[in-house]
Amino acid sequence: MESIVADTAATGGRRGGGRRPSSLLRAVPAVVVLVLLVAAPFVLAPFATTVLGRILVFALFAVSLDLLVGVTGLPSLGHAAYFGVGAYTAGIVAIEVTSEGLVLVLVAGLAGAVAAAATGWLAVRSSGVFFLMLTLAVGEIVYQLTTTLDSVTGGSNGLYGIPAVRVGGTALTLAGYVYWFVLAVFVLGFTALWLVSRSPVGGALRGIRDNEPRMRSLGYSPFRYKYVAFVIAGAVAGVAGGLFAVQVRLVTPTEAGFTTGALALLAVILGGAGSLWGPVLGAAVVVLVRDALGPTLEGHGPLVLGIVFVLAVYLLPRGFAGLAGISAAVQRRRAASRRTP
Amino acid sequence: MLEVRGLQSGYRHSTVLQGVDLDLADGRVLGLLGRNGVGKTTLVNTLMGLVRASAGTVRLDGRDLTGRRPDVVARAGVAVVPQGRRVWAPLTVTEHLDLAARRGRGRGPWDTGRVLELLPRLGERLRHGAGQLSGGEQQMLAIARALLTNPRLVLMDEPSDGLAPAVVDAIGQVVVGMKAEGVTLLVVEQDLHLAFAVADEIAVMQKGRIVHRCPTPEFRSDSTVAHRLLGVA
Repeated sequence: MESIVADTAATGGRRGGGRRPSSLLRAVPAVVVLVLLVAAPFVLAPFATTVLGRILVFALFAVSLDLLVGVTGLPSLGHAAYFGVGAYTAGIVAIEVTSEGLVLVLVAGLAGAVAAAATGWLAVRSSGVFFLMLTLAVGEIVYQLTTTLDSVTGGSNGLYGIPAVRVGGTALTLAGYVYWFVLAVFVLGFTALWLVSRSPVGGALRGIRDNEPRMRSLGYSPFRYKYVAFVIAGAVAGVAGGLFAVQVRLVTPTEAGFTTGALALLAVILGGAGSLWGPVLGAAVVVLVRDALGPTLEGHGPLVLGIVFVLAVYLLPRGFAGLAGISAAVQRRRAASRRTP
Repeated sequence: MLEVRGLQSGYRHSTVLQGVDLDLADGRVLGLLGRNGVGKTTLVNTLMGLVRASAGTVRLDGRDLTGRRPDVVARAGVAVVPQGRRVWAPLTVTEHLDLAARRGRGRGPWDTGRVLELLPRLGERLRHGAGQLSGGEQQMLAIARALLTNPRLVLMDEPSDGLAPAVVDAIGQVVVGMKAEGVTLLVVEQDLHLAFAVADEIAVMQKGRIVHRCPTPEFRSDSTVAHRLLGVA
């Protein structure tokens, strides 16, 4: 395909003179955050490191949901099903076969993808409230299966006795090592979703989200694109579930339940749907309020989350990512006023 | 090229198209006129598959496209420039062009470079969000999007809608440029000057049917026809 980007370069980059430095500048915050995350275990206590790891796991799950909600325009209520499938699969494989980290992550992602492929084929053919109901039903079915298939999932007691994850044959028992493993997979998963979002497929998904009939008029088959997005999101949710099993070493039906999916949706809305990085911040707020603040609030964590959600809807309708948009707009305006004599 | 016979369609409880018959030969430009509510946009949407036909047939180069999905119709070689432009406000001009070019790659003579030669204004707006463009620029983007799919037939629904006269002239130049490149066009218009400037023939719709058709010079020369059918002097 002749690319318009190539055309721009060929024309001397009328506006492209600053493009490369601008891209590098935009990458600086990501690199700084990554360095800080890598260094975190050196300065944080083991409990804080574990909480940070949980944030990364939940963030990866939330970002996978953002591919559906924010990029594709498919608000799923049952996305926790694929997180749960990945978590149970990784847990069972770790107990029965091997606890090698790479294997666990791969089988969890594969399980999530297969589950999403099986259910998404029907779900993405619907839209609006029907899509909500279908995904909710899928989530409830998986939740019920986790509670009733005692011999496989451990029922309501959950799947416990998951051995420590191994990397290259070495068991990772210290919180910091497990955290680094989680961080490495998170970075790979996030990068994969970011590349999908920035790829031609991502452009088509955004087009479908904003005006599906118009995309059809260009010759696109929305079903195929939505289905691909659904399966990719399911695969990454499965990977996140696998990481959860690796980190917590206990998987219960709650992980596949509605509450988990709803919290991920909350993270996406808090962070700003469609930005991918915004839901990472949203996930941080959710996990911190639920896991870190919750115990000190005598079980009122969900209440605080509810208040945060209401405030965010009123004050930040585009989430944390919207703040960056406002900041960029202010900078553009200042730059424009400087150019104007 | 395009053969429409007895086409009927509408919305839930009302039939808008009451049996449209229409032929359009390769490389020709037909201007479709009519008052508000006579079914012009419904005809465009039905040809594109966005509104389902309840009766009649639509054929393109002999291929039956009646009742087919819009993506199937588009892949068969029909593109639409919709009324109101309908660009994706959050996407940049570049993203729009890339989206369309991917569908039309290798299917015909139009590529991004050639489209930007026809619409140089867009070349200056590549990194802008479509929502930041003026109405005329959005119309040009909608035209570019259609051309990049390398269509056999382009349906343009009121390209002058909501544009200032000077911008309408610019859009007219673009349409003339498309005509010179051999693009087959069905141009729905309310602006007689634009329709006269670009069309080989003029057709007039009334109550869901095409009631009059003749070469553009003939239509222009007889003002009583325009007065009788369109209510204009």
